Amino acid sequence: MPSYVNPDKCDGCRALDRTACQYICPNDLMVLNKDIQKAYNRDPAMCWECYNCVKICPTQAIQIRGYADFVPLGAQVTPLRSTDSIMWTVKFRNGNLKRFKFPIRTTPEGTAAPDGGFQSGDDLNSAALFTEPASLGLPAVFSLDQKGDARA
Amino acid sequence: MPKPETVIVDTDLLILGGGMAACGAAVEAAHWAKKHGLKVTLVDKAAVDRSGAVAMGLSAINQYVGLKDGANSVKDYVDYVRNDLMGVTREDLVANIARHVDSSVHLFEKWGLPIWKDEAGKYVHEGRWQLMINGESYKVVVAEAAKNALLGDGVGQIFERVFIVGPLMDGDRCAGAIGFSVRENKIYLFRAKATLVTLGGAVHVFKPRSSGEGMGRAWYPPWNSGSSAYFTLKAGAEMTCQEVRFIPVRFKDAYGPVGAWFLLFKSRATNAMGGNYMVERGSELEKWGPYGRVKPIPANLRNYLGMLDVLEGKGPLFMRTEEALTKIAEQYKDDPKAYQKKMKELESEAWEDFLDMTISQAILWAASNVQPEQKSSEIAAAEPYFIGSHSGASGAWVSGPEDLQTAETKSEYFWGYPNMSTVKGLFCAGDASGASSHKFSSGSHAEGRIAAKSAIRFVVENNSLPQLDPAEVEKIVAQVLKPLETFEGNRKLTTDEDVNPNYIRPRAFMFRLQKIMDEYAGGVTAQFTTNKAQLERALELLAFLKEDSEKLAASNTHELMRCWENVHRMWQAEAHVRTMLFRGETRWPGYYMRSDTPTLNEEKWHVFANCRCDPKTGKWEMLTRPIFHIFEQPKAQEPATPQPAMAR
Repeated sequence: MPSYVNPDKCDGCRALDRTACQYICPNDLMVLNKDIQKAYNRDPAMCWECYNCVKICPTQAIQIRGYADFVPLGAQVTPLRSTDSIMWTVKFRNGNLKRFKFPIRTTPEGTAAPDGGFQSGDDLNSAALFTEPASLGLPAVFSLDQKGDARA
Repeated sequence: MPKPETVIVDTDLLILGGGMAACGAAVEAAHWAKKHGLKVTLVDKAAVDRSGAVAMGLSAINQYVGLKDGANSVKDYVDYVRNDLMGVTREDLVANIARHVDSSVHLFEKWGLPIWKDEAGKYVHEGRWQLMINGESYKVVVAEAAKNALLGDGVGQIFERVFIVGPLMDGDRCAGAIGFSVRENKIYLFRAKATLVTLGGAVHVFKPRSSGEGMGRAWYPPWNSGSSAYFTLKAGAEMTCQEVRFIPVRFKDAYGPVGAWFLLFKSRATNAMGGNYMVERGSELEKWGPYGRVKPIPANLRNYLGMLDVLEGKGPLFMRTEEALTKIAEQYKDDPKAYQKKMKELESEAWEDFLDMTISQAILWAASNVQPEQKSSEIAAAEPYFIGSHSGASGAWVSGPEDLQTAETKSEYFWGYPNMSTVKGLFCAGDASGASSHKFSSGSHAEGRIAAKSAIRFVVENNSLPQLDPAEVEKIVAQVLKPLETFEGNRKLTTDEDVNPNYIRPRAFMFRLQKIMDEYAGGVTAQFTTNKAQLERALELLAFLKEDSEKLAASNTHELMRCWENVHRMWQAEAHVRTMLFRGETRWPGYYMRSDTPTLNEEKWHVFANCRCDPKTGKWEMLTRPIFHIFEQPKAQEPATPQPAMAR
């Protein structure tokens, strides 16, 4: 079962307005068993192991066990995602450990301005998209009247 | 379950899907909609933050042309794509994306995506067109800009967890879409002046190599279920390149990316005897016309040479990681300190390649105690996928832009609005539009923007809300909900809800489709080979399956979605089989081989193979469309670019 839930850690997101894993799963797999207030993966064979439920879980209750039909047991890959970076711990079957940290974004969450600060245009009939030509870094958008082999 | 509430949503532009193309469309549409007082509605079957093919993240941006630095021209990209697709490409569409894609990449960077830079501040390339990124949150960042654009000024609204079943029509004009919520007991009727389809490609049409739990580990995500193909086919749109499937060669089973190993580590792939099939079988390339001589060698031909070794019993194929790392060690043999630093850097890059986009591969390596410096790792051809944004090409036949036409192309490739299909008011982008391969994540975003601007212009110039026939709508609503009724009405007839003579559940239905495609339409089991008799047999079996799709059964709305996803896959499958049957040649060996017409037939088949299913009669029409160039071609096609490019 690709994603699985540790019942000791899962609190059913009772303190939140929605169940985080159920909200995020791209394939609609994570569901909350309301009787016991614990989440589970309803269809492991349709799980892509995208880790989005693992990353979003506020109590770190979700883990991944590699696909049973081709992955030997004993490994564990665990992310710890913050607002600007992610730390991965890779535990090998033989006990070896590797740890990696990568940046995930360069701006504060929520601040992505649609025009990216580029000057926007107002001609609905032109080929230029609304941030162009500024966002291309060129004086104009390429068109066929220019020589085809020109470095436009 | 009580009868669901029917909710009618009127909007000007309807964006279907929430992936890269949809997010590009949202950002672009919001700007023009605000200027013209229009409303935009986006509908996603999941949560926009992590939906679509980039849900997990990516370790590279595969399309960046580098126009501002003069690194490449628009024509260079068109040449690359046309060659990789064995000559079958709409140059106007590829050029349109190529001239805009850098804009999307520059925006991603402003929004907060970390793109690697060298000491001089230039982007770090993995290959000629590929940029290295720290892409764990690629989709989150792109979705954030889309949401800010739509919700910030009140020009738009977003529906999440609403699954789109199919189109609503007003005569020959697309009038919107019907869908249902998988969270609430609601049916949605979206009525729109223009509809933009960005509903992804198709996975699980063919039987995957893993048939247990590991079935979920498809290379492209399992939630790409053929919804774009279904939507456009059912609206009556002309489709193109439905025969052009894609088969990636990746690390075996977990399908982790091989790009870093080929390009950063300069690793070779060999057969089990150590033979390099790219060298040993070099003469095979001469059989494939001008395309066997281009560099980089088309992806399908690279696949094919490896497949020939496997067929001859020379497998497994290996990525020679130990050899590549030994070579690097030799370069640094006099400087152990520099060697250690370099290796630490490379190790981190190799693992990030997996952790950003195929975490399963990291688990598999850890679970198998893989030490790449000691031992090779297996690579293999995966199963077939439908993905118009990568090295596949399947999608709807859409209009190009007017200013990228020649006198010759204009009558064939242009009908008023860029990226509008042959159905009025129905636009397509990303995996939904065909014959414009190699747009990947960034180009899909750019194409979404192109299509959205075009669709807003359509709305401004055709500013009337299409009408729906209430009787027709009632019929469609009943059809959408039918699997729930079928289940409820029959489940008590047996003691096991899975085994019932009056219905078929979606999982079993999918297995039946996959078996047909695998065995008769050139799947893994058939070594990607098929012929006329097999394809005709596939059509017979698909006809039974189509009849039985009326008996799909769902116990809840999640399963109702699964039912419709599999109907969508079935339509993608039929279009694929019919078009492979129509094209009487083998053009993309390594993707599929026709054993009865095993060679390239450039004289007869250097054309687009298109199809259309008449929505009224259900009859399929097969037709060809000419391939024209928009850029002048040299007399003999000689390789222009010696640099390898490995797409992920």
